[in-house]
Amino acid sequence: MIEAPNKRSAQIDVFVGQPGGMLKALHALQSQSEANFLSPADIKLVASKFGVPVAKVWGTVTFYSLFATTPRGRHIIRVCENAPCHVVGASDILAALEQHLKIRAGGTTTDGLFTLEATSCLGVCGVAPAIMIDSTVYGNLTKEQLPALLAEYRQEAQA
Amino acid sequence: MNFYRSHVLVCAGAGCVSSGCLNTMEALVDENAKLGLDREIKVIETGCIGTCDLGPVIVVYPEGVFYRNVTTDDAREIAREHLLKGRTIQRLLYRNPLTSQLVQTYGEMEFFNRQLRIALRNTGVINPEVIEEYIARDGYEALARVLTTMSPEEVVATVTASGLRGRGGAGFPTGKKWGFTFRAMSDQKYVVCNADEGDPGAFMDRSILEGDPHAIIEAMTIAGFAVGANQGYVYVRAEYPLAVKRLQLALDQARNYGFLGKNIFSTNFSFDILIRVGAGAFVCGEETALLASIEGKRGEPRPRPPYPAVKGLWGKPTLINNVETFANICPIILYGADWYGRIGTETSKGTKVFAVAGNINNTGLVEVPMGMTLRQVVYDVCGGIPNGKEFKAAQTGGPSGGCLTKAELDVAMDYETLIAAGSMMGSGGLIVMDEDACMVDMARFFLDFTQDESCGKCTPCRIGTKRMLEILDRMTKGEGREGDMEALYGLAENIRETSLCGLGQSAPNPVLSMIKHFRSEYEAHIREKRCPAGVCQALMSYNILANKCRGCGLCARVCPTAAIFGKPKEVYRIERKKCVKCNACLEKCPFGAVVRA
Repeated sequence: MIEAPNKRSAQIDVFVGQPGGMLKALHALQSQSEANFLSPADIKLVASKFGVPVAKVWGTVTFYSLFATTPRGRHIIRVCENAPCHVVGASDILAALEQHLKIRAGGTTTDGLFTLEATSCLGVCGVAPAIMIDSTVYGNLTKEQLPALLAEYRQEAQA
Repeated sequence: MNFYRSHVLVCAGAGCVSSGCLNTMEALVDENAKLGLDREIKVIETGCIGTCDLGPVIVVYPEGVFYRNVTTDDAREIAREHLLKGRTIQRLLYRNPLTSQLVQTYGEMEFFNRQLRIALRNTGVINPEVIEEYIARDGYEALARVLTTMSPEEVVATVTASGLRGRGGAGFPTGKKWGFTFRAMSDQKYVVCNADEGDPGAFMDRSILEGDPHAIIEAMTIAGFAVGANQGYVYVRAEYPLAVKRLQLALDQARNYGFLGKNIFSTNFSFDILIRVGAGAFVCGEETALLASIEGKRGEPRPRPPYPAVKGLWGKPTLINNVETFANICPIILYGADWYGRIGTETSKGTKVFAVAGNINNTGLVEVPMGMTLRQVVYDVCGGIPNGKEFKAAQTGGPSGGCLTKAELDVAMDYETLIAAGSMMGSGGLIVMDEDACMVDMARFFLDFTQDESCGKCTPCRIGTKRMLEILDRMTKGEGREGDMEALYGLAENIRETSLCGLGQSAPNPVLSMIKHFRSEYEAHIREKRCPAGVCQALMSYNILANKCRGCGLCARVCPTAAIFGKPKEVYRIERKKCVKCNACLEKCPFGAVVRA
């Protein structure tokens, strides 16, 4: 699963000279990683490329909630539980997802297909409650719609 | 150039995309082609029209017929019936929730005709991916006028005279900020657009970037000329992929037209803009934290002064404004500061975009003159509270603000009046709550948010909010104690006065405001261990009504903890100690015999 370091290195060379390019490099590494996360090797790589201490990169990575330091599923399900979603029943959606996937928020399904996360406001409060799977937003959700929605992703994975 | 007898706008804001508008549009285009209408009718994908809960939304011009919740089959029917035969499909029209009347056209909808759209002038009207549509709506004319006929001083003076104030939350006069940055001496300056819209419930910045990205590019370029900067950055949240995509496309188009880059409009002025995508940290909406994040570091705030206008990005003078603030700039240049100054109230000029969400009939984006009352926004523009329920409170200013109650429905929505009423404008999120909302739960909720988003740099915010949250947590679990409210007040005061940045300083606001307005609810939680709104699960108990129970046993079968017992055809009972309050029995009972109190 962990790719050859020289390939990973090539993915971030373009950002090294850019002002403030480190976050972009981290984004790039994570989005191109198979398991949707930044490995210790990735973090060491960024530190050496940008000439900063490894601790500094760790500090930055763990500061931001969208970077993960443990492997995640192929699809990230982000459940918005902010106020506008909360008042129209987001906690039911989260509970239903936890029940359906048999994991808690923060966990990954045993088949490695889904990781369930709570997210900050997705900014689609007009269609609350909402979730985001990877970069696709689904709004006006009811818990009854969830199994069919996830089935689409499962089918796609099998195909 | 082609002429079309009808233009059909399909809203493709993120809200409508999530409701499936892209499939709807595809069906419409496909059916039009089948009917041979594709040369007469133009289908245009626009930014957010504003009525998010009615999506997918379609407006047919020139008549202005507004269709809501349009499925793919509906879209085909619109093509066959309306576009081909000219018959309006009554079934798909919007029904006014207060009068139950069908509304025939866009202009007759109160939701739209009570609005005054300046920042949202093009959002939902033009295709944001086609620069020509923006140009056709006077786009880049303000920039041309600034670069060819005005001096930087004149631009700053115009913005100052307009009375425009920052729309991101604090309401600082925009012209002053521009003046500070203009006067700062440096070889290098920057212009930054804050699109790190993190306030739960606010989504106007997303909609503007998605629906009218050129308005921001043009305004930032004008700002660059005014303050003497040649480089701009837009810092966008990673949660807004569609906004990033459309902004990137718009930047490329603007460069191709020579509106960005070297020697714009053949003048000596050069300016370019780069996008920086955040990585999920609410505190990055704070300007000094945002700048640290653009520099590629942890997004932690630092004490001010020095303000960014003096020492900002990479230590250089930096002008930083919010998306909605920038969206007001071009109309101010085109129509003048006097025109702008006539809109709004004495100290709050212009309009404000509110993102209305929660328990309300028409959720979505509305732009109204400053000073409109809360009642007008909630009832006249947004159609009131659904399901015949009562308005209980509205939270403004998100997790930094406070709530307004029924007694404050006639409060004018402007910067000063909202603060006097114990709340604040914030970025314009307006979360409406009906009678079913528990105000202890809501306060706990907002504090949970700020506590979670605290960056941890300063102690009062990191630890103080945690202690407050623990107290509220206990209250919602029925473990509240006498003295809890006083402890909350004490902590709140310390956190307010000693936190480093706005996040901490304002974190106690929702709690204080909710205690102030709904003290009796807090007392009920603490003294009677009772949640009057019936929200706090731990304080609820379930019962089976003997007169309604038919003894079917369904409840006992769904109970995960075997807390329900009884014999068939007799009244079943719930054993309190075993009950985990999962609500399964209540949902299952076909006779409504299970009740929660």
